[in-house]
Amino acid sequence: MTRLATGGRIDRSAPLTFTFDGAPYTGYQGDTLASALLAAGVRTVATSIRYGRPRGIFAAGVEEPNALVEVDGEPMATATTVELRDGLTARSLTGRGRLTAPDDQADQAGHDRMHAHCDVLVVGAGPAGLTAALEAGRTGARVIVVDERTEAGGTLLETRDLVGDAPALAWVAAATGLLAELPEVRVLTRTTALGRYDDGYVVAAERRGSRGRLWRIRAAEVVLATGAHERPLVFAGNDLPGVMLAGAARAYANRYAVLPGRRAVVFTTDDSAYAAAAELAEAGLEIAAVVDPRPGGGPDTAFEVLAGHVVAGATGTAEVTGVRVAGREIACDLVLVCGGWNPVAHLYGQAGGRLRYDDDLACFVPEGTAGRCRVVGAAAGEFSLAGCLGEEPRPGPPAAPVWLVPGDEPGYDTHFVDLQRDVTVADIEAALATGMTSVEHVKRYTTAGTAHDQGKTSAVTAVGVISALRGVPMGDLGTTTFRPPYTPVSFALLAGRDRGVLHDPVLTTAMHPWHVARGAVFEDVGQWKRPHHYPGPGEDMAAAVLRECRAAREGVAAMDVSTLGKIDVQGPDAGEFLNRVYTNAFAKLPVGSCRYGVMCRADGMVFDDGVTMRLAPDRFLMSTTTGNAAAVLDWLEEWLQTEWPDLRVRCTSVTDQWAGVAVVGPRSRDVVAALAPGLVLDNAGFPFMTWRETDVPGAGGAARVARISFSGELAYEVYVPWWYGLALWEAVLAAGEPYGITPYGTETMHVLRAEKGYPIIGQDTDGTVTPVDLGLGWAVSKTKDFIGRRSLSRSDTSRPDRRQLVGLLPIDGEESLPEGAQLVEDPDVPVPVPMIGHVTSSYRSAALGATFALALVKGGRDRIGTTVFAPLGDRVVAARVADPVLYDKEGAHRDG
Amino acid sequence: MLLIPCPWCGPRAEIEYRYGGQAHVAYPPEPAALTDAEWAAYLFLRDNPKGPFAERWCHAAGCRRWFNVLRDTATHEIHFSYRAGERP
Ligand SMILES: [Zn+2]
Repeated sequence: MTRLATGGRIDRSAPLTFTFDGAPYTGYQGDTLASALLAAGVRTVATSIRYGRPRGIFAAGVEEPNALVEVDGEPMATATTVELRDGLTARSLTGRGRLTAPDDQADQAGHDRMHAHCDVLVVGAGPAGLTAALEAGRTGARVIVVDERTEAGGTLLETRDLVGDAPALAWVAAATGLLAELPEVRVLTRTTALGRYDDGYVVAAERRGSRGRLWRIRAAEVVLATGAHERPLVFAGNDLPGVMLAGAARAYANRYAVLPGRRAVVFTTDDSAYAAAAELAEAGLEIAAVVDPRPGGGPDTAFEVLAGHVVAGATGTAEVTGVRVAGREIACDLVLVCGGWNPVAHLYGQAGGRLRYDDDLACFVPEGTAGRCRVVGAAAGEFSLAGCLGEEPRPGPPAAPVWLVPGDEPGYDTHFVDLQRDVTVADIEAALATGMTSVEHVKRYTTAGTAHDQGKTSAVTAVGVISALRGVPMGDLGTTTFRPPYTPVSFALLAGRDRGVLHDPVLTTAMHPWHVARGAVFEDVGQWKRPHHYPGPGEDMAAAVLRECRAAREGVAAMDVSTLGKIDVQGPDAGEFLNRVYTNAFAKLPVGSCRYGVMCRADGMVFDDGVTMRLAPDRFLMSTTTGNAAAVLDWLEEWLQTEWPDLRVRCTSVTDQWAGVAVVGPRSRDVVAALAPGLVLDNAGFPFMTWRETDVPGAGGAARVARISFSGELAYEVYVPWWYGLALWEAVLAAGEPYGITPYGTETMHVLRAEKGYPIIGQDTDGTVTPVDLGLGWAVSKTKDFIGRRSLSRSDTSRPDRRQLVGLLPIDGEESLPEGAQLVEDPDVPVPVPMIGHVTSSYRSAALGATFALALVKGGRDRIGTTVFAPLGDRVVAARVADPVLYDKEGAHRDG
Repeated sequence: MLLIPCPWCGPRAEIEYRYGGQAHVAYPPEPAALTDAEWAAYLFLRDNPKGPFAERWCHAAGCRRWFNVLRDTATHEIHFSYRAGERP
């Protein structure tokens, strides 16, 4: 109501203008939005979430339950922690907050992330935190101090306490000056420790104007000097604007030079409110009375003390106008409450630390140490300033808490426990009446303590109310669980710069610029960007894919296959190793040859497949599926290191060492002949599943060419060092130009392989499919052991009715079966209709002139020729079960 | 986030590692000699203690080596790590 003429830590030479709910106001540099509003006489700042009751500013820090505002697009902030700035626009939140910003106005502030390591992390720069930081810093340790306030000092900023004979802030200035001289000490203000994780890992948010920094700090030791939060008292009408924590009013007067009212009644069970009342009175606030339920009252004071009495109720409708005490009404516009103090034990609780209820202090106090965390000062229950400074503590009198103040009339409808969630004592009574006894259950039933403030003013109070209602000691009830974050944090800050293209690393091949220039449509395969198809002018995807497929089957087409995983496997035992890893034999594969191999997990389920070349007696080049390369390398390392360390084998990923182009189609031999003039290309000289080293003059020289086909057509894969990848691609297209060579993408590759019944691991399999299920029994050795072999003879894996890979031909060749569609034998039987399988791949085939699909179907190979049905909600699609090889079953196209 | 001591590289953050489940579950020397039940026990059955647990980790984004860690599953405290093939 009044801005004091002097004092406070505001800069009266720097007035700031701002608006709140459309009305203009002024404040000063150093104000919070809350202090500026109080100085302007704004009493009501919010409407409560359930009952629509008026609410005022209740606290002065992060524990504020009422004053939620939308500030310059930030949807929910506490007015007590928003630093005032010129031009600030704030709006009170009525009811529930809303994310109103459309996507294109998402927070684009560009928040940063910092990583730091230290010997000691001190959380809190109050008297205890500064003392701990000095102690650690003087040993030469690397120390980081984080504090949520704008400057160091903690609650000393909010009181007129003395250290020795001097103002405490002089001590703070001296302490921060000493810390500044220590080169290994770093003090971060405006920085809130949000959460404590394993092994001394603390995440903190630093506010830097509209931008933020997320700190990830690993500390050998964490000192929690997080102070204490004042507790409210629970009485009738305790939510009216004008009811305020006594310490908060003290903070507004001392730190911001604001008196939040004119005439106050103090209602306290704790001596600290007497000091608050004295300082506020000195600043000009009229103290009408101090109501203290303790029979003897508190310390000596000049004010009228109604000892042994309580405030039976606050009166007023829009805001508080008085209180009822001992049958009389005392007029006031401010009720300053203090029900004691709760140590801020959030981070300690997150570390798994135990809290003990201390009867003398009437609060839950951290016990011992936990997870590298040590607690000091008020957070440890040391409430005397001397004790926080490391001197002889001066304990106060034993606490006499009052958890619940009965009103003049029965009922607890306006006895509020959680102001933000609008939870009353009546709600807690209702929860207990259902038979709930645990504080965790009552919390979930009533939602007390679940708001943005995480119950900083309400959680322990709720426990106290339960204790009072049930007659159970506080210590037997315990607290609810503490979980990060300590204060709300925006997703934008957590994401930092890991957004958009920086969210996940993007891998591109050497040919990528060409694909982009050609207008390719890309798809993500693992972290790779792969061309999905290359639409021509006016073409949609279906038309482009049909054109690309036709080129591969009738002429020649080219694909960038650089993304295939490649692992160089070397060592005298490399052949034996691959024999154990693949289901088929590799030890006797001749140098110069390649072989398709299938890998299983120990459970016999297919894990990966690919073609491996033998480069030398002791060297193989393994290829893996694009998305599985890292997992396969980990798998190989696992077996080499943990089961077969005796094998002399080393593996290296060479995926991005070799760029590759597949040249596919009846005319591919002509193209490769032009590309690599020295290469013998007839079938006898360069048979299927062999590879040759040759010279490709257009792409840096040395190249490796393999006769591998994933389409059933005559095909070559040409590999050169990655550096020459783009040159190779352009050389292939130039060599193929006379034959109308067509670039094709992954969709065409999928269609071509599906027409041949070649499965794609991860698309046609899901970790429950064996090689035999896929029809790859020919690739499963009967003579040697391999990973997973024993599993293939388990009773479950040898069942005849396992799901097997088959082809599906829709009766109506225009109908496309969606991938994932469930299949049934008879769609007309009563539900539940037994499922017999599902579609794994589905395409339109240029070669077949119709749609087709691959599916995993129970006992599928015995169903070939029968009809199955896919119920699709609005219609049922019938399809004939077929052999999965739908194109060129005899393999006539392979050799051109 | 755990701070895991790689026996070769020293303490590194958990994101550099891949978890590998219970340690010291050896691949049976003769899988074909096992009954279905014995083989299934090797494949599927693992201990799940509350307290100290020997488990495997791979320093996937570092030296790529597999090693063993004795970690308390209740407190996440890591007592020590040791190389593959070693016994604590
Ligand atoms: Zn390592």
